Amino acid sequence: MPPPIVEIRNVYKRFAKPLDLAAKIAQRLGADVHEEVVHAVDDVSLSIDEGEVVGLVGESGCGKSTLGRMVAGILAPSAGQILYRGGDLVTMPPEEAQRAALKVQMIFQDPFASLNPRMRVADIIGEAPLIHGIIDKAEFDDYVDEVLKECGLDPSFKRRYPHQFSGGQRQRIGIARALAVKPEFIVCDESVAALDVSIQAQILNLFMELRENFNLTYLIISHDLGVVEHLSDRVVIMYLGRVVESAATETLFDTPNHPYTQALLREVPRLESRRSEFQPIRGEIPSPLDPPPGCHFHPRCPYVMDRCRSEVPALKSFKTRWHSACHLNDQ
Amino acid sequence: MITPTLEVANLRTHFFTKNGVVKAVDGISFKVDEGEVLGLVGESGSGKTVTGFSIIGLVDPPGEVVDGGILFHGRNLVELPDEEMRDLRGSKIAMIFQDPMMTLNPVLRIDTQMVEAVRAHKNVSRDSAYQRARETLVAVGIASPDERLKAYPHQFSGGMRQRVAIAIALLNEPDLIIADEPTTALDVTIQAQILFEAQKLCRRTGTAMIWITHDLTVVAGLADRICVMYAGRDVEHGSVDEVLDTPLHPYTYGLIGSVPSRNRRGRPLHQIPGMTPSLLNLPPGCAFRDRCPRATEVCMEQPPLAPHGPGRTARCFHPHVNGDKSRRAEMEAESK
Ligand SMILES: Nc1ncnc2c1ncn2[C@@H]1O[C@H](COP(=O)(O)OP(=O)(O)OP(=O)(O)O)[C@@H](O)[C@H]1O
Ligand SMILES: Nc1ncnc2c1ncn2[C@@H]1O[C@H](COP(=O)(O)OP(=O)(O)OP(=O)(O)O)[C@@H](O)[C@H]1O
Ligand code: SF4
Ligand code: SF4
Ligand SMILES: [Mg+2]
Ligand SMILES: [Mg+2]
Repeated sequence: MPPPIVEIRNVYKRFAKPLDLAAKIAQRLGADVHEEVVHAVDDVSLSIDEGEVVGLVGESGCGKSTLGRMVAGILAPSAGQILYRGGDLVTMPPEEAQRAALKVQMIFQDPFASLNPRMRVADIIGEAPLIHGIIDKAEFDDYVDEVLKECGLDPSFKRRYPHQFSGGQRQRIGIARALAVKPEFIVCDESVAALDVSIQAQILNLFMELRENFNLTYLIISHDLGVVEHLSDRVVIMYLGRVVESAATETLFDTPNHPYTQALLREVPRLESRRSEFQPIRGEIPSPLDPPPGCHFHPRCPYVMDRCRSEVPALKSFKTRWHSACHLNDQ
Repeated sequence: MITPTLEVANLRTHFFTKNGVVKAVDGISFKVDEGEVLGLVGESGSGKTVTGFSIIGLVDPPGEVVDGGILFHGRNLVELPDEEMRDLRGSKIAMIFQDPMMTLNPVLRIDTQMVEAVRAHKNVSRDSAYQRARETLVAVGIASPDERLKAYPHQFSGGMRQRVAIAIALLNEPDLIIADEPTTALDVTIQAQILFEAQKLCRRTGTAMIWITHDLTVVAGLADRICVMYAGRDVEHGSVDEVLDTPLHPYTYGLIGSVPSRNRRGRPLHQIPGMTPSLLNLPPGCAFRDRCPRATEVCMEQPPLAPHGPGRTARCFHPHVNGDKSRRAEMEAESK
């Protein structure tokens, strides 16, 4: 069996939150003040097979973007390994590492902020393939036209600048730029969140078309469960830096195992649920600066037991390709 | 007959800009009864916020309400002197904004802001105003209210700030609340808490509510009735079930098809081609014409809002009626 296209092994990411001036002064004066550390990603393991679409879901601040950026090679893990087709970028020879890195591309939430406003669309799309020798100067124009067409954009637009496009079109430009270096794996971070529903539908359809045409593998990050359910083969749920459940989309939506997943799914607004009685989970997601001990979900969990308050539940496989991190599964 | 809490009749609000007249709202009518939630839906730029601002009297120059009536308990707000309008705002009518910092003052403690908000409209002691503030925070699900009251807005998370803003809107038990996408930026779990509180409030106190959103799934769960806006006009009215299950207007029809839904997982979503038109110099005729699969010659004229049963109207010459499959039946057929 070939190795998975991406394998995340026990990855951690910690950010030190720098002290503000008042805290620094207090520290000088001998107060017991420490730099706070955010455990943005806390021992996550996940492997993704070629051609798979994996959805990554969780509340704001749970570490989705941080994990996505580490997978895309933009951010280095504090600990752990990320393997591409079995190889580790850190230990590969530089040239090989660069080639491997190109195969993973990221599409961002805000297409405007991620597109250089002073560059023409043609250069935004063609620059990287030219630099990396995927195309030569003579092929440039034809290549840009081709990529634009694949993303549903009119090639005659290519002399324009990003601000001359609508939100949906700019998102397509961001996709075209990622696609132009012939990636195998694409990380989409909230790529449709800012778009109107009808434009969002266009982009989601494009993602699915491109998957067919280029055999792409996706990691789709979103807090919109409807979008994730629509696109993904498998869904991974994160809570405060940890993966709490991962299963095939249908399994997860039909028979969620983890109490957090169950609570989350109950709250997804759907077209079909009318004048519903909302039954919110009590309390808010705790601060990642000071996560609760044991199971991170225990202060909000309706099934909390004694051991949940001190013992971290391991992410265990209890059925084929179905993992959950809850002590209830031991009983 | 009982007078509705709010009745908006043929409202027009235009912006007289250097580049021309932006007809942000150009003919919209609806009513909201006591205890009722009206979902006001439409794409970005369709005029939802300007409609809300017009009702609460917050349209500033170069904008102006140029036509129509806004009847609040039968009184026309358009003709109300500024001073009286100011008094209504925050007492009988309240607005919750997408960004809670539109309501909150960053340099004042929450207790100061809330006590002031009560005392601006009611002649009560500081102490009873404080008690009212405390009780309202508890009602929107904020734990340890005494501690929270002493804090500044920046010490709260986004979801908590929005709940404080909602509490401020509720302080004086208004008869009408206009909520402008207050949950769009929030997580599902926080959104559910806020929707829960909103729903409870309308049922318990008879407050009428206009919930502005572009998210059809949210109105599905919350609203009693829906008004769909497109390019500054109302294009469809009906109960939640009518509009979502048997939409009449081609725009509504397309919009529902473009929402990812369980029974169409992995299938291509319906796409509405093109984009929303600019409201500056909108050509005559139906504004949806360029994107509409049903458009014909007659659509060069402006379609009137035509009745289709009690409380049911649509602004279209070729609505989805008479033997058309309902959107739901079609969705089910597509998923086979
Ligand atoms: N560069 C950074 N420096 C310090 N802290 C950071 C940094 N990036 C992220 N964090 C923190 O790490 C945690 C996880 O952030 P991340 O952006 O990954 O969350 P997310 O799940 O993507 O949230 P959202 O849904 O809001 O985008 C947060 O507490 C965040 O404040
Ligand atoms: N002060 C202003 N001057 C000129 N035009 C304005 C002004 N305020 C709003 N508009 C225009 O009025 C139209 C309607 O805007 P409005 O904010 O009501 O849309 P919306 O439906 O609330 O959209 P969104 O979903 O993006 O909030 C837009 O075309 C907008 O550009
Ligand atoms: S481990 Fe305990 S607290 Fe955590 S989800 Fe399971 S039952 Fe709830
Ligand atoms: S009036 Fe004509 S163009 Fe407008 S929505 Fe109806 S069919 Fe389409
Ligand atoms: Mg993020
Ligand atoms: Mg708005």
